[in-house]
Amino acid sequence: MSDTTDTGPMRAADGTPLKKSLARALRRQKLRALALIAPLLIFVLVTFVVPIADMLFRSVENQIVSDTLPHTVRLLSSWDSSTGETPDEPVYAALAVDFQAASEEKNHTKLGTRLNYENPGLSSMFRKTGRGADDIGKASTKRFTDLDPAWKDGATWAALLGSDDWLADMAEWSKDDGRQPRFSPRAEAASALPMTSDVYTAFARVARTENKKSAVETKPWPVLYTALEQDLATASPESLSAVNGASAGLLQAAGAAVPGFEPISYKDAFIDIDKGWSEVDSWQTIQSYAARYTPGYFLNAVDLEKSPEGIQQRPEQQQIYLMLFWRTIWMSMLITFCCLVLGYPVAWILANLRASTANVLMILVLLPFWTSLLVRTSAWKVMLQQQGVINDILVWLGLVDDGSRLVLINNQFGTIVAMTHILLPFMILPLYSVMKTIPPTYLRAAKSLGATNWTAFWRVYFPQSVPGIGAGSILCYILAIGYYITPELVGGTQGVFISNRIAFHISSSLNWGLAAALGSILLGAVLLLYYVYDKIVGIDNVKLG
Amino acid sequence: MKLTKTLLATSALVMSAGAASAIDLTFVSWGGAYQKSQLEAYAKPYMEAHPDVNIIWDESSAEAVAKLRAMNEAGNLTWDLVDVDAADSFRLCDEGLAMEYDPDELLAPADDGTSASEDFGAQIVNACYIPQIVYSTTFGYRTDLVGDTPPSNICDVFDLEAYPGKRSLEKRPINNMEWALLCDGVAKEDIYDVLATDEGQQQALAKLGTIKDQVIWWSAGADTPQLLADGEVVMGSTYNGRLFSAIAEQNQPIGMLWDAQVFSFDGWVIPTGLPEDRLAVVKDFLFFATDTQRLADQAKYISYGPARASSAPLVGQHADLGIDMAPHMPTDPANAQNVFYYNFEFWADYRDDIDAKFQAWLAG
Amino acid sequence: MKGVVLAERVENRAVFRFSRVKGLERLTKSNTGSPNLTNAKTGGDAAFVEFEHVQKSYDGETLVVKDLNLTIAKGEFLTMLGPSGSGKTTCLMMLAGFETATHGDIRLGGKPINNIPPHKRGIGMVFQNYALFPHMTVAENLAFPLEVRGMSKSDREAKVKRALDMVQMGKFGGRRPAQMSGGQQQRVALARALVFEPELVLMDEPLGALDKQLREHMQFEITRLAHDLGITTVYVTHDQTEALTMSDNVAVFDDGRIQQLAPPDVLYEEPANSFVAQFIGENNTLLGAVKEIKGDIAVVELDDGELIDCKPVNVSKPGERTRVSIRPERVEFNKARLQPGAHTLKAEVLEFIYMGDIFRTRLRVAGNDEFVVKTRNAPDQVRLQPGAQIEIGWLPQDCRALDA
Repeated sequence: MSDTTDTGPMRAADGTPLKKSLARALRRQKLRALALIAPLLIFVLVTFVVPIADMLFRSVENQIVSDTLPHTVRLLSSWDSSTGETPDEPVYAALAVDFQAASEEKNHTKLGTRLNYENPGLSSMFRKTGRGADDIGKASTKRFTDLDPAWKDGATWAALLGSDDWLADMAEWSKDDGRQPRFSPRAEAASALPMTSDVYTAFARVARTENKKSAVETKPWPVLYTALEQDLATASPESLSAVNGASAGLLQAAGAAVPGFEPISYKDAFIDIDKGWSEVDSWQTIQSYAARYTPGYFLNAVDLEKSPEGIQQRPEQQQIYLMLFWRTIWMSMLITFCCLVLGYPVAWILANLRASTANVLMILVLLPFWTSLLVRTSAWKVMLQQQGVINDILVWLGLVDDGSRLVLINNQFGTIVAMTHILLPFMILPLYSVMKTIPPTYLRAAKSLGATNWTAFWRVYFPQSVPGIGAGSILCYILAIGYYITPELVGGTQGVFISNRIAFHISSSLNWGLAAALGSILLGAVLLLYYVYDKIVGIDNVKLG
Repeated sequence: MKLTKTLLATSALVMSAGAASAIDLTFVSWGGAYQKSQLEAYAKPYMEAHPDVNIIWDESSAEAVAKLRAMNEAGNLTWDLVDVDAADSFRLCDEGLAMEYDPDELLAPADDGTSASEDFGAQIVNACYIPQIVYSTTFGYRTDLVGDTPPSNICDVFDLEAYPGKRSLEKRPINNMEWALLCDGVAKEDIYDVLATDEGQQQALAKLGTIKDQVIWWSAGADTPQLLADGEVVMGSTYNGRLFSAIAEQNQPIGMLWDAQVFSFDGWVIPTGLPEDRLAVVKDFLFFATDTQRLADQAKYISYGPARASSAPLVGQHADLGIDMAPHMPTDPANAQNVFYYNFEFWADYRDDIDAKFQAWLAG
Repeated sequence: MKGVVLAERVENRAVFRFSRVKGLERLTKSNTGSPNLTNAKTGGDAAFVEFEHVQKSYDGETLVVKDLNLTIAKGEFLTMLGPSGSGKTTCLMMLAGFETATHGDIRLGGKPINNIPPHKRGIGMVFQNYALFPHMTVAENLAFPLEVRGMSKSDREAKVKRALDMVQMGKFGGRRPAQMSGGQQQRVALARALVFEPELVLMDEPLGALDKQLREHMQFEITRLAHDLGITTVYVTHDQTEALTMSDNVAVFDDGRIQQLAPPDVLYEEPANSFVAQFIGENNTLLGAVKEIKGDIAVVELDDGELIDCKPVNVSKPGERTRVSIRPERVEFNKARLQPGAHTLKAEVLEFIYMGDIFRTRLRVAGNDEFVVKTRNAPDQVRLQPGAQIEIGWLPQDCRALDA
């Protein structure tokens, strides 16, 4: 049985190959370990990995343009903006269809908001056009209903564009059954009337989600008539005659009538609603941001912009982000350095005191953690403002003239002071925990070897405290570059960080794409710094406790 | 004995709670004195009349747009009624985050039968916004720091010779740009045309640049009253209600400069996607809370003008101080001789663009 | 495995001895000593380190060191031995300069050093846990004291190399302390304390963390190095074997005082009081009272009435209580070897333990069950069986009547 002297694989007592049985035993251990950390893993995944991935995705995601104006975008791709001419009539016709469909679902204002980030004015242009879009559809509606009143009827449209299966399902469905059956288009109608079929798909989807009336009974959107008119104008007679179903006859008749319709100028109609549609600029913006993914947010985040001539710098009076990134980085470094200079002696004293005294002092160090950030920051206002405590004392001491009180707040100095105070514990704690592990005999040894107090400290103690410095600095630095409340309150105009702009875009301008791009760059900067630190100092040289 | 009593009391409580099928609604507002005025004027009387409705307040209006968008994306709506600035209601309405409504169906007519849409008039700035108050952004000054002739004109803000000292202005372009152009000689009716051009924006920033190093920029409404009280600034802009409470309730030596005050509106929006039962209660509450008397009642607690024309004659005295509120209203004829109306359309279009330029200017 | 390693070590030792003498010559040739001390250099047996009426208190209430007077000659290897808390480490730290004496003078080479900071005293020191700087290599550790003295790089390198060769660590210059065994670290620590050629080296329980075999080997190396280099050494330990095997003189500390200062053999054979007798080596004690003193013989009546002959050490008159001390290897149960007329005691054998080189026999003597006799394992040696009734005795000079 357990004859392992054979050549060949080693075997366990029961004859299975040893490697296999070892793997099995290990797998069980691994599974058990995995089960133990599963809650944490899921937590980290949900609260950390997913939001970061979402943020990175948002910073390039731009599907709203092509989703909202699908037909327009397709036709617009062949438009050459450098001619200085607005696009041709078919683009406006497609826009008429897309816009009406979008306004039925209130998507046009969302798109307007999105494009307004790139071209101010589009927001109200889109809002206004949404209101006027219905009128565009009304002309077509009238033409078809005049041709045959049956076009007013929802059932006509359903029979024309819905598949037989769907029509059968809808016939059986009643409101009490719950959701309506999912729409499926009639294949030959979809190929003959592509735009109409697309719009009807959206129409059926909305009817299904609102779920009040059956799609068959719902009044058709005006946009359906616009779409049908355009499809019929370009469709081949063969493809039209291929369409089956109850409405086939109506379609043939309409197909025959449409060439006789007086052409509608959608271009004029749009320009009538808002003269913005006559500007090449507006169309350029739609064309430039038609792609499903865009580098636009990232370009904006580094003061660049897309233009017909390619990527170029934004006008000087709009350049702000690079300067803010740079300011965030150097001020955070300065704040970290201040924390180090102030925190190092404190940590040293704490590490070298008797445990009972050290504990009392440690509470003093931790005390700021227990006060609200706003309270602490506001306290600095009271201290630092021109009629504040420090200026009052300086004036009272006669060091400063009453007329020329020092400006200590609402500038970079204010931010540095308040942030240093807030971040100090994050420097002291890692320093303390590292210093606690450095035995005092090293200093004695150094002195016995002839080193002065300073040499002993600098050559022997300090290098051993470097892991604490590294940990504290990384902590402080990373916290500092992400802070925005304190800089907002005491930083004035010169002491605010990039995070303040991120907060603004998240909560005020709702330009989450730009906020995500700025955040991603900040994240990248931190990771880069981490990498550089690892190369220079070595990340295993960091002790957090 | 005692135990039996307790048990009885407990079971009685449980039963009554079960019978009433109470509903908890979460309303979002701005906190502070303003939210208190809503509580006193609307929520308390409504809850007295409807014991089964319990209103919980959330002070998140400042981040309402972002939070509603996040809730909408997460598919987890926890708010039932949100008080927002009219400008924010545009964004919410555009994004489909606020519900469109029919004023004459949802809101009560005036006592004389005037329809709600007529009574509120132009204050219904978009299809989602349910008007509530008119407030203004205007200036207060330290009466003891401005000499014998207190400022009476908006352009005194830009006059460092006559009124030396620091000023506080809001850290955003809105209002500041209009004031700057007005004081740089642009006619009032041309201001937005000028401001829509890059040159006009630079002109406004250049005018602001003349006082830039004497400005403390604020981002919270409470900053200016505090800066005035501390003597950090001689004058500063903020919401008129904040200045009223500093003057009338805290007796600070502050005077009002009403010239070129900017009217804006604040009101409710109903988040889209409320379940039917909650929506019904919210609508019932809104019908009550926006009627002529309720809007007039709110002015007892805060110096903001009621949004209904029919409420104005009913504005009475401050609930605690007993002073007449009418002269403190931004809408009072004596105060409203020269006013701006917040241009929602313009700022919806240009806010991001001008803000980027404004921030770059600030930082430079 | 262990045996092989040991054999290697023994071999190494022979080589080491040879090369060390050469290294030593070079070392001593360039010996300039510590700058502060060269002028005051005193030769021969003159006092090099002096403690005079030194007292030390940490809390102002109790004295950790009570009136210490101690003179150490140049080149002497002095060990401070004592239980923990006896004040020996405090004395060492006062000498090194890390503690200040509350009262009294400490002189080095005739000059008082109370106010000289540690780094100017030029005293080498080896710490209990070596205190090798973990962030420096071995060579950097050794170069450190030379560097702070401003020595040129080439001189430094030469000296570091010599010092490392001296402790047979020549190949380890590039290693970090954490990459070496305890014994290797110990050698480096020693080399570091010696590399700047101090005239005085202090060692604070330097072998405490090593295992027994390595410790014995290092004891030998340290002593040889100290003697060959002519360095004055003050060595603190609580291990009496270490003290006895290494030292020229041993100062036994207890309760903040030196109980006895003597060479190891004197300390062992002639303990001055019962603390020293019990602290150093194994010892049998019997309690009794002095009956009479005749010259250098005192007759002591034990508590059960039996009489024995002793050497009076701490007793002066009849009637005094005394603790009698006899070393286990000086007890004799072969009557023929005793002096005629010597007093003997009855004893009962309780236990016999075979320990290889010696036999250890436990007896009941005069009511004491812990009376131990050690005998050499020799072909003619008797092996006593438990239960046997025998008589024991000793030479009077081996039995010391001490303080009770």
